[in-house]
Amino acid sequence: MGAGDAGLRAGAPDFLIEVNQLTKTFNGVPAVDQISFRVGPGELFGFLGPNGAGKTTTINMLTGLARPDSGTIRIAGLECVTNPKAAQHLIGVIPDESNLYPELSGFDNLCFCASLYGMKKGQRRARARELLDTFGLKEAANRKFAGYSKGMKRKLTIAAGIIHHPRILFLDEPTSGIDVASARRIRQLIAELNDAGTTIFLTTHYLEEAERLCKRIAFIVKGRIVRTDTIADLLQPILEKKAMLISVSNASGDLCDRLSSAFPRFEFQAVSSGHIRVESADAIHIGPLVRFIESQGAEVTEARRLQPSLEDVFVRVTGIEPDVMKKEKEKAGGDL
Amino acid sequence: MKRWIAFWNIMLKDMRSYYLKPPNISWGLIFPAAWTGMFFIKTGTGLESIPELLPGVIAVSILFGTTSMLAVTVTFEKKNRSFERLLLAPLPLELLMLAKTSGAILFGAANAFVPIILAVFLTDLSGVAWMIVIPAVIMIAIASTFLGLSIAVSVSEVFEAQTFSNFFRFPMIFLCGLFFPISSLPMFLRPLSYLLPLTYGADILHGAVHGKNIMPLALDFTVITAFCILLFSISLRNIHRRWII
Ligand SMILES: Nc1ncnc2c1ncn2[C@@H]1O[C@H](COP(=O)(O)OP(=O)(O)O)[C@@H](O)[C@H]1O
Ligand SMILES: [Mg+2]
Repeated sequence: MGAGDAGLRAGAPDFLIEVNQLTKTFNGVPAVDQISFRVGPGELFGFLGPNGAGKTTTINMLTGLARPDSGTIRIAGLECVTNPKAAQHLIGVIPDESNLYPELSGFDNLCFCASLYGMKKGQRRARARELLDTFGLKEAANRKFAGYSKGMKRKLTIAAGIIHHPRILFLDEPTSGIDVASARRIRQLIAELNDAGTTIFLTTHYLEEAERLCKRIAFIVKGRIVRTDTIADLLQPILEKKAMLISVSNASGDLCDRLSSAFPRFEFQAVSSGHIRVESADAIHIGPLVRFIESQGAEVTEARRLQPSLEDVFVRVTGIEPDVMKKEKEKAGGDL
Repeated sequence: MKRWIAFWNIMLKDMRSYYLKPPNISWGLIFPAAWTGMFFIKTGTGLESIPELLPGVIAVSILFGTTSMLAVTVTFEKKNRSFERLLLAPLPLELLMLAKTSGAILFGAANAFVPIILAVFLTDLSGVAWMIVIPAVIMIAIASTFLGLSIAVSVSEVFEAQTFSNFFRFPMIFLCGLFFPISSLPMFLRPLSYLLPLTYGADILHGAVHGKNIMPLALDFTVITAFCILLFSISLRNIHRRWII
């Protein structure tokens, strides 16, 4: 694989992934529609969007499993549309579904994957043992992959994807459909890999996951990127706002309107029956609000401050209710 | 060097996972023996007709030992998505597919030696031109494997791959001059015989075992080689078109 290494040495590119106007259509319906983005060395870039948004299709095009209709892809400066094999020695791919060999043991699976990248026998075995250890799969090393639990399967799939020390890692929904403890451990490992210098492209439909792991994200909806920004910049406008959730009982239907006229500096929104969301650029003092609500014949049962989150931004930018994503989460639970 | 490590391990994995499994091995032994027995009974001849039967039995053993394997090593792995790992490996597609087929080629060639070894005990094979039999066995194994490959990459389901390979290989037993000369076929079927690679492979074996080839061996070797190249290119093109969507 000398040629690729030479390509890297010739000019260290500013971006490890550069995508321009990338488009892919299935039967006339665009799955990915003119997307452009760049990922710098060492970045952990998130692709956040609901099911069917085009995340997997994007990864497939970037890694050489799908052919774009138009647009350009550069990985580590190497042109990958005309030569999809050009950068494959630099990347690791972790698919959304565990696709290792069911009849092989965990250890043999890892050794086989290492051999695909030309690693020598001694190296392969040492690296496989090291990863089994890191991923807490030492005891299961000699058991068949077919008998692993979902969480174990996903862990081994990730181990297989990084066995050759890739510079760039593509992770497709790494924690969907697995148990909470495994998901937490996997997030930890992803963060560690990134800290150790691996550039990561991660797709997810978990808002909290994107917020926790990624430094920069793109929102993708129906094949189009609607916004790309750092988490900090996305949160900035709402960080400056104060938000509060007030639970009321016996409220009349137009309580929000009456609150709005009484407190013009605040924004009121009825989020669900009996809950009112208050937003303001200034501090919100609860006393006058409670007294006003009670004067209207309703009762305040609870009031608490809200931490602004990516969820709020997501709803604003995409117009998609976070519930939609949560429902898909449950649906995705069964399809590993 | 790195590519050869990958090549070697892909082949070894297929051998361990698929070819060297007890059902495959026993099938490889029973099948040629059954064919030989059947023809003894059918023709009512004795051991002296073994040299005439041997080329056909060798060819059938190779054909059945190779074609069905690709339904598993290729179609099944594509279906359960583990083939994506191979497509993601930094290996040229040609080399990858050679690695995926080399196990079947070796297995098919090994199957050919089952009837040969049986025959050695039953009759005098001192007149056989082994230096021609061996390359012929290898060429037939490659051609049948690539035929199986071209079927395996044109379908999505394992059963389709198996159905289609039967669709080809059963008629081939009769059309390719394995047990009856092509000249005994009805006139309208004969052009079909010459469109099948096995015809040329079987002709080489007939020539090498008992000296009754109908075409010059050099022509046979050339045509079967051309078939191998053609079938392999068709397979690669289909992978490009159908699998890298
Ligand atoms: N092989 C395919 N054939 C036809 N349509 C496809 C294919 N793969 C994906 N699609 C469609 O493309 C869209 C994007 O799919 P996908 O990239 O899998 O989304 P995501 O990974 O974000 O859930 C979906 O509408 C999906 O139905
Ligand atoms: Mg997906």
